[in-house]
Amino acid sequence: MKDLLSVEDLSIGFGRDPSVVEGVSFSLKPGGTLALVGESGSGKTITCRAILRILPKAAQLRSGRVVLNGRDGERVLSSMTEKEMRAVRGDAVSMIFQEPMRSLSPLHRIGNQISEVLWLHRGATEAQAKRKVLETFEHVGFPDPERAYRSYPFELSGGMRQRAMIAMAMVGEPELLIADEPTTALDVTTQAQVLGLIRQLQADTGMALILVTHDLGVVANMAKDVVVMHKGRVMESGPAEPVLMTPAHAYTKKLIAAAPAIPEPTDEPAPPPAEVTDPILTLKDVSKTYTMRSGMGRETLIHACQHVSLVLPRGKTLAIVGESGSGKSTAARIALGAELPDPGGQVMFTPDPGGETLNVHAMDRTQRTMLQRRAQMVFQDPYSSLSPRMRILDALTEPLDIHNIGTKAERRERAEEMLRQVSLGPDMLKRFPHAFSGGQRQRLSIARALTLNPALLVCDEPTSALDVSVQEQILTLLEDIRDRLGLSYLFISHDLAVVSRIADEVAVMRRGLIVEQARPEQLFNDPHHPYTKALIAARPEPDISRPIDLSLVAQGAGSPETWPEAFRMTNTEFPELSTLSPGHKVRCHV
Amino acid sequence: MQLLRYAIYRFGTMLLTLLVVSVLVFAIINLPPGDYISNQINELRATGQASGLAKAEFLRREYSLDKPLWQQYMIWMGFMPGVHGFSGLIQGNFGWSFEFDAPVAEIVGDTLWLTVLVNVAAVLFVYMVALPLGILAAARSKTWIDYSSAFVGYLGLATPNFLLALILFHYGNKHLGLPIGGLMDPAYEGAPMSWGKVQSILGHMIVPTFVIGTSGAAAMMQRLRANLLDELGKPYVETAIAKGMSERRMLIKYPLRMAFNPFVADIGNLLPAMVSGSVLVSVVMGLQTIGPSLLIALKSQDLFLTGFILMFVALLTLIGTMISDVLLVLLDPRIRYEGRDI
Repeated sequence: MKDLLSVEDLSIGFGRDPSVVEGVSFSLKPGGTLALVGESGSGKTITCRAILRILPKAAQLRSGRVVLNGRDGERVLSSMTEKEMRAVRGDAVSMIFQEPMRSLSPLHRIGNQISEVLWLHRGATEAQAKRKVLETFEHVGFPDPERAYRSYPFELSGGMRQRAMIAMAMVGEPELLIADEPTTALDVTTQAQVLGLIRQLQADTGMALILVTHDLGVVANMAKDVVVMHKGRVMESGPAEPVLMTPAHAYTKKLIAAAPAIPEPTDEPAPPPAEVTDPILTLKDVSKTYTMRSGMGRETLIHACQHVSLVLPRGKTLAIVGESGSGKSTAARIALGAELPDPGGQVMFTPDPGGETLNVHAMDRTQRTMLQRRAQMVFQDPYSSLSPRMRILDALTEPLDIHNIGTKAERRERAEEMLRQVSLGPDMLKRFPHAFSGGQRQRLSIARALTLNPALLVCDEPTSALDVSVQEQILTLLEDIRDRLGLSYLFISHDLAVVSRIADEVAVMRRGLIVEQARPEQLFNDPHHPYTKALIAARPEPDISRPIDLSLVAQGAGSPETWPEAFRMTNTEFPELSTLSPGHKVRCHV
Repeated sequence: MQLLRYAIYRFGTMLLTLLVVSVLVFAIINLPPGDYISNQINELRATGQASGLAKAEFLRREYSLDKPLWQQYMIWMGFMPGVHGFSGLIQGNFGWSFEFDAPVAEIVGDTLWLTVLVNVAAVLFVYMVALPLGILAAARSKTWIDYSSAFVGYLGLATPNFLLALILFHYGNKHLGLPIGGLMDPAYEGAPMSWGKVQSILGHMIVPTFVIGTSGAAAMMQRLRANLLDELGKPYVETAIAKGMSERRMLIKYPLRMAFNPFVADIGNLLPAMVSGSVLVSVVMGLQTIGPSLLIALKSQDLFLTGFILMFVALLTLIGTMISDVLLVLLDPRIRYEGRDI
């Protein structure tokens, strides 16, 4: 069978700099699936965009040929004029992007934006286009296509927007779909459903797929062929099975080793939990209700957080896991005193063993200063949490400055010490954040959080903006610092695999409620709640023999009204959290 | 339907704002010590012209200036009966100008609608110039088109308006035969509306529109260019290109729509900036707008004339913001559906 697409010796560069993509070649059969895998900066995104020539203005195609041989005969995409190219884009080859939130225009209705493909390429009338778009909507799983057609993007959830993007790519019946990190911005359960959808569409229509991703788990679930890229070059390529199961290249091995995995179930019985005698942080029956005013005086209550009770023992890590909107961040904000809980809730913080206990929401001025010094936060996005206009020295000494601690020389010394704590050299103090990579920046924000000698760190998704190999290093660093400095962590994440590694106890949240709470071994060996099961099942493993069980995901990740009788809950009615075995709580009717 | 409700609600808030503005205006005019009449009485006393005193005292009583300030305000607005019963702004009586010794309505008369005319023309000019140039500068950023439009723009921003007015009058008259000064040929002043008068006004408006509009146009062009450049980097632009749209069609349908919001929101700000900014220009160019009267009224503490003109400018501003708010709701579904159940 002839190749649908072949890319030969592709090189791309900017200005006079060395090429960022060099000598990349691969080919794809009709209906095939190829995964371009690599970390950020590997050139995988530029490569896939070069196929449709959607590149930044400054990028130059230095060498190579891109040939598409499909229903319209052989076409050399790399030497076509811009006008000829327009006839290919969205027609024979279409593309979906990483951020469904921002990839659709917020000012135009979804139906209009998708019909546009047909107006452009098929000269369809508005009615013809609408009929076809509604058909496609049904295919990609919109429960109410008519309604979706009339909606604006901001009225849809992230998963639904990505479905709309997929519909836009599919409506022109392309022979090749290029998906650039299509699920990276989505929750793990939504990701599983979107991947399942793409696979099913592929089976139905016979289109080929190029999947660009950094997640080997996604690759194992989707691809037949794999191209591993690093620094603009192809490291290894071939059928997925040998590349993933018996990687030949050292870089591929490293990538696979770094991918966090949920531990295999074991038969060892879990040791009984120790009585917590010295909690550093206690949340008692914390709820948070927001009132949303809409238009003329109508009010809707939003239960961001309901009856959350958690105890964090000193020196341990407590993780809260859940999808966006589950209330995990609200709980963390309340724990830090950044937000008031509804009356009845209480947060107690004991920075030193045997020392004073602070009621976080009823503090005087000195107690507040103490809380601010002893509880610190590490944020999700290291790119925006460091001021680009402050040198590292200033960023690290600012907390000391604010709290009036030490002389200038002492502050500088402290900053150097903090850099050593996070394995960076003191020679970096004079630089600006832009000189650092994502992983280094996250080390810097950890260093900044450590300068005031805190007892508690709240880590809000500290690794989710990072590449897998870097993620691994940051987790190791966090564990190391916790044990070395005797810190306690409240760890917020949507990724069970990350949590399984670092946490001593895990609370799974959905719709503001804790649905299951246990130690990681218990949770992974013996999950009870359908939502926990879905979270575990949805996590793509870099192992061809363990594909995602979509039915499990669909059941648990669906609306809580559709859960099995024992677990079912609505906004206002839900079962109690009951203890199944010591240390293992599930929200169900027993 | 929803839009209509919003427009009505917005109109209500506008009236309320106008009421607050009227209190502020009245208070501010009365802040400086003295008023027109007492100044005049002092002057008459000093020069020993006792005959004038009687008239001044009469005016003071006639316009209730001997009453406490809050009562003066209520009478001025028409919420309270004065010497001749209810007769204030809301009844359509704009008061008496002491400086010109004539009713305010008569003094401002024609200048009211000429002001509106000149400023609306200037706003239209701003939009007509800034829109295409801004788009062009953004679409061809970092080329000679961009640089030269920026250069001309900064030139427009930096040149003082009155200087520009003099230059344009000189060359406009020399090479194009454009009239100098005024808003119509003196022959038509006070004459009823006729085709000739319209033509004369249009001819006279070319230079003033240009002068008053240039700096606004330059500023707006730069803003539109910056907004548009920001939008061009957004992912939805990439999506549109991946669909196979041509650059021009894409540019107009997506990023321009997004960059348009601040553009529309500016209508409200443009009007007052132009009215107050054009006072000096109006004096220099001899335009019969409200500007010169305002200057004189302020200088001589002419209470009712100042008050009326300030209220008029405030009304223009509020109407401008109302128009831009309603337009924004029309243009941007995110504002329209704010708080709607999803």
